[in-house]
Amino acid sequence: MAGTAMAPSLRDPAWNARVFWTLAGMALLVPMLWATEFRPWVLFEPDSLKSTLRFLGDFFPPHADTEFLKMVAYEAWRTVAIATCGMVLAMALAIPMTLASTAVLSISALPGRMHAVPFVLRQAIRWLLILLRSVPELVWALVFVRVVGLGPTAGVLAIALTYAGMLGKVYAEILESGETHSTTTLLRNGSGRVQAFFYGLLPTNATELTSYTVYRWECAIRSSAVLGFVGAGGLGQQLITSLKMFNGAEVSTILLVFIALVWLADWVSGRLRRVLG
Amino acid sequence: MAGLAVSLDTLEVRHPAATAQAPAALRPLSLAIRAGEQVAVIGPSGAGKTTLLHAIACALKPSSGRLLLDGQDPWSLPVRSLQRLRGRLFLAPQVPPLPPRQRTVTALLAARLPTLSFWASLRSLVLPVGAEDAHAALARFDLEDKLWTRVDRLSGGERQRVGLARALLAPAGLWLVDEPLSALDPTRSRLVVETLTGEARARGTTLLATLHQVDVAIASFPRIIGLRNGELAFDLPSAEVTRDHLLRLYAQFEHELAAAPPVPLDLALPVARPTTVVVCR
Repeated sequence: MAGTAMAPSLRDPAWNARVFWTLAGMALLVPMLWATEFRPWVLFEPDSLKSTLRFLGDFFPPHADTEFLKMVAYEAWRTVAIATCGMVLAMALAIPMTLASTAVLSISALPGRMHAVPFVLRQAIRWLLILLRSVPELVWALVFVRVVGLGPTAGVLAIALTYAGMLGKVYAEILESGETHSTTTLLRNGSGRVQAFFYGLLPTNATELTSYTVYRWECAIRSSAVLGFVGAGGLGQQLITSLKMFNGAEVSTILLVFIALVWLADWVSGRLRRVLG
Repeated sequence: MAGLAVSLDTLEVRHPAATAQAPAALRPLSLAIRAGEQVAVIGPSGAGKTTLLHAIACALKPSSGRLLLDGQDPWSLPVRSLQRLRGRLFLAPQVPPLPPRQRTVTALLAARLPTLSFWASLRSLVLPVGAEDAHAALARFDLEDKLWTRVDRLSGGERQRVGLARALLAPAGLWLVDEPLSALDPTRSRLVVETLTGEARARGTTLLATLHQVDVAIASFPRIIGLRNGELAFDLPSAEVTRDHLLRLYAQFEHELAAAPPVPLDLALPVARPTTVVVCR
């Protein structure tokens, strides 16, 4: 081996550690595969192969009966509506919490350290955001289905709460990681916190905030599909019915609609960023 | 807005991020500036010029000593009143604090935020209120055609002048201007200094500017403060600043005595004369 012939000073001192951590990482993966009962060869056993192929074979051609398409179109519209309403509510909750929790807009922190009361208040809001987003939207949906009954309202509320937690956290991080010179200068020259946000922070970070918001809207569309599984309305409710009946043609039509919706979100995001950039 | 009087009583300032062993950025410093006075602060890089400006702007809290603005100690005020007082100060940092995607008109009108109500400031975002005043302020800085231009379409020198034009719109009685000429050519420099000193005189506004261009400082400001190592080196009427004062102030930093002083002062300095303006942060 070349390594043994080399002078000791030319040996890469990082080599041993790299080998060790690569092997250690692989060793750690084994118990995880165990825990997840990862046995991919089951996929290729003749029995499961046959049923998989039959189901996938049904995917083509997609179900295109007019009555069904009309219903899918209406449910797709409801899905977008659930995602959009959920996002608007989430933003209405998240934006005030972002403004209250971001350290950039702290007036007491201008000369150095933040005062105790605003610091505690900001921490409290951060904890509230953690609480909101640590409960999965599926759990919120199950809760709200019991409270407001089956239907889209439960989906809207579930998305609103979980996404408020995510948006509030990431908005605050975007605002704190961007350029803050213009905002601090406005605060130093006597403007109010919210004024400094609108005249300094927002124009500086508008594209990042928009692109993250639209990406979250896309996630909300996908998420509202899953929420449909537990009865929170939309395309998902239709998808679970078709899946349960092993109706591949209907499933493939619905999945095609999902692809179209995600593509639409991507397009909107691109357009918005071009306008704001 | 009447000019503000400034008084520093053995003021010492440490940067919040500095270690305890590091020397204070501003050693105990005492000086008084009358309302409406115009003062230039000169000194080599790292002398504490920006720190002095930030301390007077209530952007840095003194670690000891006292700052008085119009006889009032700002750090004894509750946060809300302190913020109201900050609205009567205008601090123009060396790097123009303009969001790149904002239009010039909005960036300028932001100077009025301290006097605008919350709703009025939101309204002005949608349809700028006071565009004619913003235009007049831009015209003083030779930028009248840039009112509706986005900041990121402006050159560095244009941005710096927009940052300074903000002063004309601010409801302030004290202008604290940090290195206003760092990105400007000599012709524009003269225009900017004349505009700032002329406007400050007409309004009775107190003006305190840090400058690297010693010749400009001596020619345009009646009083010069020399800072070195965070200490007051001299505080003199500009007519009494001699070559010796300057050589002592800039000892070991001779290259920063950038431009030649004007002829009447007859200060033949034994330094190389770079043709470019030295930018120091």
